[in-house]
Amino acid sequence: MDWTWFHKFGSPPHVYRLAGVLTPWFAWPAALLILGALYGGLVLAPPDYQQGDGFRIIYVHAPSAWLAVMIYAVMATAAGVGLIWRMKVAHAVAASCAGVGAWFTVVSLLTGMLWGKPMWGTYWVWDPRLTAQLILLFLYLGFMGLRASIDDLSRADRASAVLALVGVVNLPIIRYSVEWWNSIHQAPSVMKMDRPSMPFDMLAPLLAMLLGFTLYFGAVLLIRLRAEILRRERNASWIREELT
Amino acid sequence: MSDFFSMGGYALFLWPAYAVTLLAIVVNVYTARRDLQSARMEARRRLSAGSPGDPGRGQS
Repeated sequence: MDWTWFHKFGSPPHVYRLAGVLTPWFAWPAALLILGALYGGLVLAPPDYQQGDGFRIIYVHAPSAWLAVMIYAVMATAAGVGLIWRMKVAHAVAASCAGVGAWFTVVSLLTGMLWGKPMWGTYWVWDPRLTAQLILLFLYLGFMGLRASIDDLSRADRASAVLALVGVVNLPIIRYSVEWWNSIHQAPSVMKMDRPSMPFDMLAPLLAMLLGFTLYFGAVLLIRLRAEILRRERNASWIREELT
Repeated sequence: MSDFFSMGGYALFLWPAYAVTLLAIVVNVYTARRDLQSARMEARRRLSAGSPGDPGRGQS
C-alpha cells in the first residue's frame, strides 16, 4: 500500500496550505444548510402534537449535542494518532478541537435546560444522560487546563492525549444512557435502526442542521489548525515562503 | 408575525436557546479567525526582525 498520503498529513506546510484551500468548501455549504434549516425548522415544520412549538428547540439542541460528542471523538482520535505515530500535526488537530467542543457542550446543556423546563418542569435533574454530558464538559476543560499547565509542548501533547483517550469511555455512556437506564431524556428519534419517528418536514431541517453544524465545525477546525501550526512551526523555513 | 415570535407560548424558552446557539457559532468563528490573524502577524514580525526567534516549543 502507498503510504505517501499519510506522510503528507504529517507535513505541517502541506496541511497548512490544504486547510486554507478547504476552509471555504466547508464554510459556505455550512452557512447555506444552517440558514435553510433555520427556515425549515422555525417556519415550515408543523408544531409537534405533544410539545407544540416548543419542540423546535430540537433544531439547535440536537446538533449542538451531536457536535459536542463528535468533536470529542475527532479530538481523541487525533490525540491517539499523535501519541502512536508521534505526529505533531495530529496533536495540533486535537488541541484545535477542545475549545469548540467545550463551547458546544455548554450550548447543548443550556438548550437542553431550556427545553427541559417547559417539558419536564425542571431545568436540571441528575439524570444519566445529562450527567454524562456534564462530565464531557469537564473532560474538555481538563484537557485544556492540562495543556495550559505544561510548558513543554511535546509533554503537554502527550499528557493531554492520554487524558483525551481515557475520556473516550464517556462517549458510549452518553450515547446509550437513555437505553441502559430509565432516563428522563427522550430516546433518539433520528439515529435508530428502524425508520426515524418523525414526519419528513420535521426531519429534513434537523438533518440539514446536523450536516450544517458538522461542516461548520470543519471550517472552524481548519482555521484554528492553521493558527496552531503557525505557532508550533515558528522557526520553520516554509513559513517565510508562505507569508511573503 | 407576532404568532411567530410567541412560538405558541414557548418564546421564553425557545428564543434564548436559539440565541445561545447563535452566540456560540459567531464567537467560535470570530476567535478562530482572530487567532489565525495574530499567529500570522507574530510570524511576520519574527521574519522581518530577521532573527530566528527563540528555539523551544514545538521544535523537538
